[in-house]
Amino acid sequence: MDDDAEIIAEFLVESHENLDQLDRDLVELEQHPGSRELLSSIFRTIHTIKGTSGFLALGRLERLTHVGETLLSQLRDGQRTMTEPLTGALLRMVDTVRALLDVIERTGRDDDPSVDVDPVIAAIEALLAGHVAEAPVAAVTQPVNGAVSGAVNGTVNGSANGAVNGVAQAVALLERPDAPDVTGPTDTDVSVPASREERTPAEPVVPPVAEEPAEPVHLPEPVQPVEPIEPAHPADEDPVERRTIVDASVRVDVDLLDQLVDLVGELVLTRNQLLQRTALAEDVELTRASQRLDLVASELQESVMKTRMQPIGQVWAKMPRMVRDLSHQLGREVDLVMEGHETELDRSLLEALKGPLTHLVRNSMDHGIERPDDRAAAGKPRSGRLHLRAFHESGQVVVEITDDGKGIDADTIASVAIARGVVSREQIARMDSREIVNLIFRPGFSTASEVTNVSGRGVGMDVVRTNIERIGGSVDLQTEAGRGTTVRVRIPLTLAIIPALVVGEGMERYAIPQANLVELVRLEVGDPNLERLDGAPVLRLRGRLLPLVSLGEALAPEGQNAAARRGDLGALTVVVLQADDVRFGLCVSEVHDTQEIVVKPIGRQLKSLAMYAGATIMGDGRVALILDVTGLAREQGIDPTVADTAELRSTEDDRRALLVLELAGGRRAALPLAAVARLEEFGRDRVERSGSAEVVQYRGGLLPLVRLAPAIGLPDTSDGQDTMSVVVHEIGDRAVGIVIDRVLDVVETAVSSSPVGNRPGVTGTAVVQDRVTDLVDLDSVVAWAGVSA
Amino acid sequence: MKALTDVAQYCTFWIDGLFFGVDVDDVQEVLRHQPMTPVPRASEGVKGLINLRGQIVTAVDLRFRLGLPPRTGERLPMNVIVRSRGEVISLLVDDIGDVVDTDGLSFEPIPSNLPAKVQDVVHAVRPLADSLLLVLDSDRAVEVLAA
Repeated sequence: MDDDAEIIAEFLVESHENLDQLDRDLVELEQHPGSRELLSSIFRTIHTIKGTSGFLALGRLERLTHVGETLLSQLRDGQRTMTEPLTGALLRMVDTVRALLDVIERTGRDDDPSVDVDPVIAAIEALLAGHVAEAPVAAVTQPVNGAVSGAVNGTVNGSANGAVNGVAQAVALLERPDAPDVTGPTDTDVSVPASREERTPAEPVVPPVAEEPAEPVHLPEPVQPVEPIEPAHPADEDPVERRTIVDASVRVDVDLLDQLVDLVGELVLTRNQLLQRTALAEDVELTRASQRLDLVASELQESVMKTRMQPIGQVWAKMPRMVRDLSHQLGREVDLVMEGHETELDRSLLEALKGPLTHLVRNSMDHGIERPDDRAAAGKPRSGRLHLRAFHESGQVVVEITDDGKGIDADTIASVAIARGVVSREQIARMDSREIVNLIFRPGFSTASEVTNVSGRGVGMDVVRTNIERIGGSVDLQTEAGRGTTVRVRIPLTLAIIPALVVGEGMERYAIPQANLVELVRLEVGDPNLERLDGAPVLRLRGRLLPLVSLGEALAPEGQNAAARRGDLGALTVVVLQADDVRFGLCVSEVHDTQEIVVKPIGRQLKSLAMYAGATIMGDGRVALILDVTGLAREQGIDPTVADTAELRSTEDDRRALLVLELAGGRRAALPLAAVARLEEFGRDRVERSGSAEVVQYRGGLLPLVRLAPAIGLPDTSDGQDTMSVVVHEIGDRAVGIVIDRVLDVVETAVSSSPVGNRPGVTGTAVVQDRVTDLVDLDSVVAWAGVSA
Repeated sequence: MKALTDVAQYCTFWIDGLFFGVDVDDVQEVLRHQPMTPVPRASEGVKGLINLRGQIVTAVDLRFRLGLPPRTGERLPMNVIVRSRGEVISLLVDDIGDVVDTDGLSFEPIPSNLPAKVQDVVHAVRPLADSLLLVLDSDRAVEVLAA
């Protein structure tokens, strides 16, 4: 029902706009009676309303517009010429349509008795019938009768408003000088209604009108009928309080919005300048005023950004049809569930998101959800489920595409990756399944065993990822074989203002989008990790070789690079950057700070420079260039060559992050860092007993404790201090506390495990930081303790 | 589209002794020297970026575009801000002149002995009483990549 209400609301806004146009057209039509163009425009408007009302099961509105449409089509096709009775009838139809729309807006239905459509329909039908008879007199008299009876009827059934209007309409019809036998009912308009309650709309002639033929027609305000009917509000509703849907929204030119965003950006910059100055000033009033300005500017910025926001429902709206067509094409049965229609994001981002989303949905249907028979064989319901979900999370928009299909089989991906030469067999061996699955984002990868015309042409996921990264987003894929796949797309709310790191080089400042920033590394002169390979500087960073680019060299005029490269690298700051598959270090001479910057385009003379993404204006009013990390890497010849990245990955794959612990009076053990949810210290007095197990109250529940030392066959010395160190390990939504003596370090190191010391709870022993360290098998420790985690 | 000959008023300026004019309708404003942010690796014709009330404007050095020697001495260039194909661009010039009304004055073709780079950006010549006004084609003038 919510969906219906939404559709009706949209229909109302659109129809009201159309009706305004219609009023103008009709009035203009009186001036230019023969204009086919105007008639066509009117016809289209009524036709649109009719079509939608039929679709929304608004029966009375549909009937009314149907007869109107018939009349208009005859006018348009020249079967009939415009006469004043016709104009009057059309205007009255428009007014009634408007009254009906108001009723629909109030009640959601069109069957409110306060607006009666039958007399109008009768009047128009009479006009239409008049055409068939081709008797001009009939065409004149009949509408009058119909109209007057309509006026009476309208009043009887509902508000006086309708009656006055209806009568006024009748007057308009009577305005014709050649209307022979009727008089103005204007002075009867109040008395007639009360006495005619039993009258039906079909009744042809209203006696009081016919009885006074000689009296001239008084037309007090002939303009009146063109004015729209005041909505007939029920008595219990306050008409002033309610803002109608039409009043509540305005259509605004997108260019105007963009201009507003620019101006607000400018205001924000001016505010920043002012704040810098007032911080130094002693004037208290000035400081207060500038603080207010600060607040107002921030709120204004937020509001203006909101005007550019559009709900993701606009993209969702296209999905049901696409999914339906695809299911037919692919022989799938799919239930589409969509959530978060109202999630809003910047319209330019919405535009950029359409393509990737479409692709991901196609992919889910083609590669994810199985054919009905296969599903049945796998013990799943025949029809698959495709779940699209959008929501806001920490200043970003998250879109999830989840299917309950066959998931992605890491082994299949691995064998395809090897067959296509994306990675080598050795590299695969070192990857975990999640990394293997994410290989599908590598260029030139497709797993469809047969190429279909839906997806599987080998240009898929890498393009999706590239497009999403281009707008500052990221893609992540989680899958469970046989159970389904979830692709999670994260994108920023807006592109116009982004967080950036400002660095200095030469006399100028440059902004680097935070989205590309990995970390900052400070190197002193002669740092042993800084090396040159055939002149090219590289940095050993946690076992990976990071190619270095000097920003100063990158900015130097062409031809001077080679000379500069020979120079020695002094103390410097390395900004580690990541874009697509490229990771490199950018050496800069100064790091300023991070700030929100307003991204502005640069002129066409600079478009050929791939290293700049745009420009921005700093707090002091000077322009700073925004670096395009992808473009910079490309210009500096840092390519994400397969061998290169695979090599980097393989060295990384060997390495594991470990939490190194002390146990049993100086013995060392290590846990995989991934298994550690949190580190906690508990006072000994907090430990309570539940049966034989030790527990602590933790985060509103009980955390069972496992003493690690006895679990791996060592003496327990963890009681030595007042507090106990606990590693919280989560298994699903349950948690276990592993009690240790103390935490020593977190290291990332290559582990070559030796079977020496292999025993329950210990997978092996390795040398970590030159000390023999037990590698703990947490699962078996937990199992040993018998804790039902 | 306004015909070339419909233009009567020109915003004028000097570059290396040459007297140029741009249709006043194409000129947004004229500014003194503005602080500029250089754009490394850009064409030599692009002198930098200017913050024009929040809009970022590329400053194109007409001396470079015209193949003239670089500016020397203390004098800082002035900015003639023109609109060209939907963008706003600053033309860096030596000195600003008046707005000249040329109504009734003739159009002469470009003398063929002018340097090619000057011919490239000039529509025509309008002889004034005391000087020759070179009518600048601002769309061509801002095409630094063509220089």
